[in-house]
Amino acid sequence: METYYHPADLGKFSEMGKGNPELWQKFMSYYSAVFAEGALSEREKALIALAVAHAVQCPYCIDAYTQACLEKGSNVEEMTEAVHVACAIRGGASLVHGVQMRNVAGKLSM
Amino acid sequence: MLVTLKSRANPLSSAKEQLRLLSARNGFPPFVEKLRAAGLKPLRATGISIFQINVGKLCNQTCGHCHVDAGPDRREIMSLETAELCIRALAQTDIPAVDITGGAPELAPCFRYLVEQTKALGRHVMDRSNLTVLLVSSQADLAEFLARHQVEIIASLPYFRAAQTDAQRGEGVFEKSIAALRKLNALGYGRDGSGLKLNLVYNPAGAFLPPRQESIEKQFKRELEQKHGVAFNHLYTITNMPISRFLEFLLSTNNYEGYMERLANAFNPAAAAGVMCRTTLSVGWEGTLYDCDFNQMLELPTGFGAPRHIGAFDAAQLGARRIVTANHCYGCTAGAGSSCGGTIA
Repeated sequence: METYYHPADLGKFSEMGKGNPELWQKFMSYYSAVFAEGALSEREKALIALAVAHAVQCPYCIDAYTQACLEKGSNVEEMTEAVHVACAIRGGASLVHGVQMRNVAGKLSM
Repeated sequence: MLVTLKSRANPLSSAKEQLRLLSARNGFPPFVEKLRAAGLKPLRATGISIFQINVGKLCNQTCGHCHVDAGPDRREIMSLETAELCIRALAQTDIPAVDITGGAPELAPCFRYLVEQTKALGRHVMDRSNLTVLLVSSQADLAEFLARHQVEIIASLPYFRAAQTDAQRGEGVFEKSIAALRKLNALGYGRDGSGLKLNLVYNPAGAFLPPRQESIEKQFKRELEQKHGVAFNHLYTITNMPISRFLEFLLSTNNYEGYMERLANAFNPAAAAGVMCRTTLSVGWEGTLYDCDFNQMLELPTGFGAPRHIGAFDAAQLGARRIVTANHCYGCTAGAGSSCGGTIA
């Protein structure tokens, strides 16, 4: 079936380097440094990435970081909680804008 | 309970069928090409420091990833005569360690003979235990026997939670494993200063690579200590080998190609240079010699003119033998590598 997203396309990510190798190299070097063990562990960073992947709704990132989380030793319970964190922040971000709605409504109403 | 491939007459119970599938490749290069590119072809042994004896396929569990296709219905068991040949061969050498595996090796009648005789030769003994065997009624004195002979226990525990462990090893296995670990701890196993080594083995509960050994070891220590009061010495991470029942899982869940690509893409020349087959000799329940336990299950005996039976054991020849490889070998060379003693590189 023809779909917009193809799982195999994740493997072609490096083709993005063909248009501008210098920017690609800079991005990849930064990317590797971000995910290296630091003040946060690689496992914690993969869980954050999984949550963000759900917030930005990137199917490639969800595939990649589900596998990465498992390979860093996380379990599905932890990964589910990470997704809920993304969900809570997204939902909370909508809800907190209700204050804006209330401000405007208050101004317009008698 | 899952039953063995053999009892289901599954085509994958045939080593030939497994090798046929593995050689068909589907999108990953032959292992031998990677080996050549790494300057390691032909791969050769560099001596024998571990004499690994697989005493047979009988087991009280039927784990989903088992590369032996072991289970309660299997009857292949090493005879006392073959065990004697193993001890005779060992006595001719100064190989420092004997690694006894199965199945559940403790269920084989020759197990205690092998332990006693190996210790009498002054060599170190490792027992690859599934833990739950310590709770089998016929094995009530097993833990004390192992402690008395200072046997190092290398025990399978794929995860520190029940859900993942039971999904791979069977319902209730986690709880029984914890009970067995407590029994071993009570004897001093895994406790500092006791001299009784208890190492655990993690393997992924699915089609993915293991985490970094030192990082998952910390998690295991924290979780097992805090939640279950269990102590152990070290955790070894092992990659699931794409053969036998794990191969069945990969094929039936449409994970085979992705997993093989993952292994091949993660080929690490440093891990390949340190693969365990270079320093291990594996003996099968019938006395046939192999480069490793995985080759044993694929019925790929030692080749290139090396002796093929324990009765023809020749330490010098076997210690420099050329190793038989095939595409399943990617399982030992991916990422940080995988061996019976955990990561390699």
